[in-house]
Amino acid sequence: MFNGIGITIAQMLCSTALAIIISLIFGLMRLSSNRLILGIATVYIEFFRGTSLLIQLYWIYYVLPLLINISLEAFYAGFIALGLNFGAYGAEIVRGSIQAVPRQQWEAAKSLNMSPILLMRRIIIPQTFPHLLPPFSNLLVELLKATALVSLISVTDLFFMSKVFNQTYWMSLQVFGTALIIYYILARFFLTPFLRWLEILAARKVGKLIG
Amino acid sequence: MDNKENIKHEPLVRFHEVTKRYGSLTVLDKLNLDIQANEMVSIIGPSGSGKTTVLRMLMTLEMIDEGVIYLEGKPLTHMESNGSLVLADEKHIRSIRSNIGMVFQQFNLFPHMTVLQNCVEAPINVLGLKPDEAEERAIDLLGMVGMLDKKDEHPSRLSGGQQQRVAIARALAMRPKVMLLDEVTSALDPEVIGEVLSVIRKLNSEHNLTMLMVTHQMGFAREVSDRVCFFYEGKIAEQGPPSQIFEAPKNERTKQFLSAVLNAN
Repeated sequence: MFNGIGITIAQMLCSTALAIIISLIFGLMRLSSNRLILGIATVYIEFFRGTSLLIQLYWIYYVLPLLINISLEAFYAGFIALGLNFGAYGAEIVRGSIQAVPRQQWEAAKSLNMSPILLMRRIIIPQTFPHLLPPFSNLLVELLKATALVSLISVTDLFFMSKVFNQTYWMSLQVFGTALIIYYILARFFLTPFLRWLEILAARKVGKLIG
Repeated sequence: MDNKENIKHEPLVRFHEVTKRYGSLTVLDKLNLDIQANEMVSIIGPSGSGKTTVLRMLMTLEMIDEGVIYLEGKPLTHMESNGSLVLADEKHIRSIRSNIGMVFQQFNLFPHMTVLQNCVEAPINVLGLKPDEAEERAIDLLGMVGMLDKKDEHPSRLSGGQQQRVAIARALAMRPKVMLLDEVTSALDPEVIGEVLSVIRKLNSEHNLTMLMVTHQMGFAREVSDRVCFFYEGKIAEQGPPSQIFEAPKNERTKQFLSAVLNAN
């Protein structure tokens, strides 16, 4: 079972990393004035938000090998599906928090002759964090719990191991009760305090004091 | 030879038949305006007369609909392509825009940076100055605007007047040839307007900077300007030295506007 916790945490970390990258890329693409780029991002986000995560997981693990002969190990298929799916939600958060930075900040940066890349990197993106982190924290807590789905494609995570234990010892209450508590502890005592700390740090960066 | 003469007398900034529309609303209507080097020009007029738009177009924050804006005789908003002028691309705009600096009504300091960082960010990353060189320049300017003791504060800890003085230093750190001041005291409490005006006065008298200023401070405009332009409905209704505009306006609109503004004070 401890092994399972490790796999759950690894799934969480890998899918979070992927989700962050996807969020940034597609969130910025959603703000593009180029119709093609905007269109690609919109289709991507609509597809991954509009269809079931469980079915996406099955597609990546079972259908892709048949269609285009790409076969992924269960562990990779698991976090890739999670990352792609949660990245679609994250992209909308990124778009929203970039749009929440006042237009005057763009103008001030342009008046200092900054290039669009410098403007984004040094002026706009750092100011998105206070807007971005609260909804992103929510998303990551969701993500942690969603990792349980990867057990269905035979990733030996916490939930998978719980089921194995249950089949061996027939102690549903104890086994699934323990699993429930472990997920709660991970979310409540590790993930949430970490994200809260990031929020305070980000707020301090823009000169606000919270919490 | 002739060519050389021409360049010499070229105004620093020239608006040539510049038109700007927002939908069906014409904000600037075939504007012609020349600004000479070292000249201090004030723009006054009722709201909606296109004053701020003049500055925003020159800063390239707004697209131009018709006409051309020149800086030192070179087109800013346009570039030459096969012998004709086409709308400028980002690269062309950026190559010329560094000559222009702007100070905004709402200061628009970067809230995630300290006062000093606000003033060195662009000099380092846009002009390519070495960090200590940029810092030296920033410290000089912050000293001039009287904000050196606050250099490590974030903007949210400063008063409006202090933020505006930092914004002036930040714009000056790019060594622009022309400074645009867009109602820089309109968002300030009355008791701090003086500190910002005295910085501008100093720039004008000691640094001989070319400035284009939109203002509602008639007394100040009269005191510091070389020339005052009264805007009405997207056009310059009247322009001239402050003594003429304020003491003997010829245009009916100018008279009405000035008597309304001066009576209100």
